[in-house]
Amino acid sequence: LANSPTVIVMVGLPARGKTYISKKLTRYLNWIGVPTKVFNVGEYRREAVKHYSSYDFFRPDNEEAMKVRKQCALAALRDVKLYLTEEGGQIAVFDATNTTRERRGMILNFAKENGFKVFFIESVCNDPTVVATNVMEVKLSSPDYRDCNSTDAMEDFMKRINCYQASYQPLDPDNYDRELSLIKVIDVGRRFLVNRVQDHIQSRIVYYLMNIHVQPRTIYLCRHGESDFNLKGKIGGDSGLSNRGKKFAMALNKFVEEQNLKDLKVWTSQLKRTIQTAEALQLPYEQWKALNEIDAGVCEEMTYEEIREQHPEEFALRDQDKYYYRYPSGESYQDLVQRLEPVIMELERQENVLVICHQAVMRCLLAYFLDKSADEMPYLKCPLHTVLKLTPVAYGCRVESISLNIEAVNTHRERPE
Amino acid sequence: MTNSPTLIVMIGLPARGKTYVSKKLTRYLNWIGVPTKVFNLGVYRREAVKSYKSYDFFRHDNKEAMEIRKRCALVALDDVKAYLLEECGQIAVFDATNTTRERRDMILNFAKENAFKVFFVESVCDDPEVIAANILEVKVSSPDYPERDRENVMDDFLKRIECYKVTYQPLDPDAYDKDLSFIKVINVGQRFLVNRVQDYIQSKIVYYLMNIHVQPRTIYLCRHGESEYNLVGKIGGDSGLSPRGKQFAQALKKFIEEQEIIDLKVWTSQLKRTIQTAESLGVTYEQWKILNEIDAGVCEEMTYAEIEAKYPEEFAMRDQEKYLYRYPGGESYQDLVQRLEPVIMELERQGNVLVISHQAVMRCLLAYFLDKSADELPYLRCPLHTILKLTPVAYGCKVETITLNVEAVNTHRDKP
Repeated sequence: LANSPTVIVMVGLPARGKTYISKKLTRYLNWIGVPTKVFNVGEYRREAVKHYSSYDFFRPDNEEAMKVRKQCALAALRDVKLYLTEEGGQIAVFDATNTTRERRGMILNFAKENGFKVFFIESVCNDPTVVATNVMEVKLSSPDYRDCNSTDAMEDFMKRINCYQASYQPLDPDNYDRELSLIKVIDVGRRFLVNRVQDHIQSRIVYYLMNIHVQPRTIYLCRHGESDFNLKGKIGGDSGLSNRGKKFAMALNKFVEEQNLKDLKVWTSQLKRTIQTAEALQLPYEQWKALNEIDAGVCEEMTYEEIREQHPEEFALRDQDKYYYRYPSGESYQDLVQRLEPVIMELERQENVLVICHQAVMRCLLAYFLDKSADEMPYLKCPLHTVLKLTPVAYGCRVESISLNIEAVNTHRERPE
Repeated sequence: MTNSPTLIVMIGLPARGKTYVSKKLTRYLNWIGVPTKVFNLGVYRREAVKSYKSYDFFRHDNKEAMEIRKRCALVALDDVKAYLLEECGQIAVFDATNTTRERRDMILNFAKENAFKVFFVESVCDDPEVIAANILEVKVSSPDYPERDRENVMDDFLKRIECYKVTYQPLDPDAYDKDLSFIKVINVGQRFLVNRVQDYIQSKIVYYLMNIHVQPRTIYLCRHGESEYNLVGKIGGDSGLSPRGKQFAQALKKFIEEQEIIDLKVWTSQLKRTIQTAESLGVTYEQWKILNEIDAGVCEEMTYAEIEAKYPEEFAMRDQEKYLYRYPGGESYQDLVQRLEPVIMELERQGNVLVISHQAVMRCLLAYFLDKSADELPYLRCPLHTILKLTPVAYGCKVETITLNVEAVNTHRDKP
């Protein structure tokens, strides 16, 4: 059973963060290299029932609707099976309420028939403020309520939640569900109950869920100021800032002050150019070796022309498969992602953070926040002297690009034709 | 409060694995660089009451004994305070039953007065087989029972446990203890309840506790067979096996077969010499880049003589402070430990594993299992063509050294 695919089954009343967790977890798993996909039953339902009229659809005594909803769940499970057995998927996240034992029993049978492992993630929250906030953040803008005003939408959605309450059977790890592998997330991560973690990936999922939070905060990503090696077109190494790079550091200092943030953490790598940039901020900063630029091995401190001349096959190979290509005695983007995972985990725990790093490193971090594939990652644009400001919003991340108007060389190489 | 020291408070009836968890967790935290120490109340009690007679000492109506036990707790907490405030400790593990609210409130006040964070680790287990096994494994050989036979020890210890049950108030996350930070470990890790994790280190502690297990298993550590570079005294690089190295790989294969291990996982680095060694075994193996040898940066592929000639100050600095010293453009042992942490975490999850790695890497892994300090780590002996067989036993690790009798160069440099 070592490499059986896994079905993650979300459980919980509406507006408990199931889709939020599904999407975020899926983004993380894909980033660390585990092919994962969300199957949201609500989307299947919207496909089957083109126009949502009211909460009446969700009434437990609405037999016709119950039939439709069951068909949708089965259609979604068929797609889960395809994804895991024929499309190279490793993990499928089944995002639906799954609030009854009957439904979960049906899913467990499905998984057993197909040799899939099952891991349940239940979100339990009875804080009315949290629920109301969720409804406002993501439900009012749902396609279901596009022709509705906010008040009516809120009222309808609360009645919708009510439809589920009567038949909701929470996971019961003491008895009925004691053999299942599950995590109960209580009150947005204040408490967790974890039962029978089966394997490495479930253990990582639990660790991730225990580190994320929903407090509003901002993450700033930027590179060091332009370095002397940048000016010469040399990659890697450990050079200091050029004059323009120093100007950027001063501009960054001013920018950070203007942002007026409470408790900003500043992180750098252990290479001079990021440290010198941080020094201008006159704030305490933490150095992470894990944030060092990608190791170019035998190509360290060479220009791309020199690499093309001295290592022509390597140069060509890299352009063919930039994500997996590993410099001889160096690293690949794939290696970088593994190296950066603890940084991402700690970023999730933190609140306001400014990360001053390097081109390849910043591409990896950005790919995590913006859900970019391995294919796109090595070509993300991360120019010098530009700050990316990331704010969590709804199910994703808003990104603002702020150029600090200090000239710098362009170090970006496009994907060759 | 970001760098406040933390007091980890163990909770649970006797024979629930508190000392096992305390010691193992402390070993892990020290290895990843967080200064941690265990304060075991039983040790203080044995100091105060030189000779243990019977479970009567632990009866909750034994007023005199209760006084002594309380005084011991206060002495232990004094030492905790000294460790965290004056001796640069970051985490103190208070290993005692701590089964009453009264005792825990006393500890919480103590922590508050000193601005320590508190994290409780409660072990709850009602499986009589597990408890009996624990008693046989670690209590029968306790200083409390120097001469008695098993049956009497078992009998006395079970009565001792009963004394605590009367007043045991488990952590109550729904009401009384809802604002505390803690993890309840239920039935040896089958289930966990985690409440209000406050910070990074508590999060790592929870992750660690959720990955360890107590199933018997064996871990084998060895280096790749002797390599071409070993023969010429060059460090680092990516050379293949020498003829003797290939002989070792064959001998390793035979050794593994003789061990008759069930479901053995084999891990190598992504350097040729470990892969070639594994290839000879004829079993599936997994390659980990993070098991690669320490990166010697500018000194890669040089001999120590060449390094001493070309970089004399670097050479001297390394000998002065081998754990923290980082090769220019390369790594230090300290960096290696950080790099190897996911390997250790996965080793904890696994059963029988053979790790074929490299000298510095093997020293780091060995230091974790044998609780060696950062100071000793870079000088641990990990010769070529030798397997270290590690078996968990009681509170630690039994280690057997097996030489496979294939000659190889000696790559060990002693502390100058």
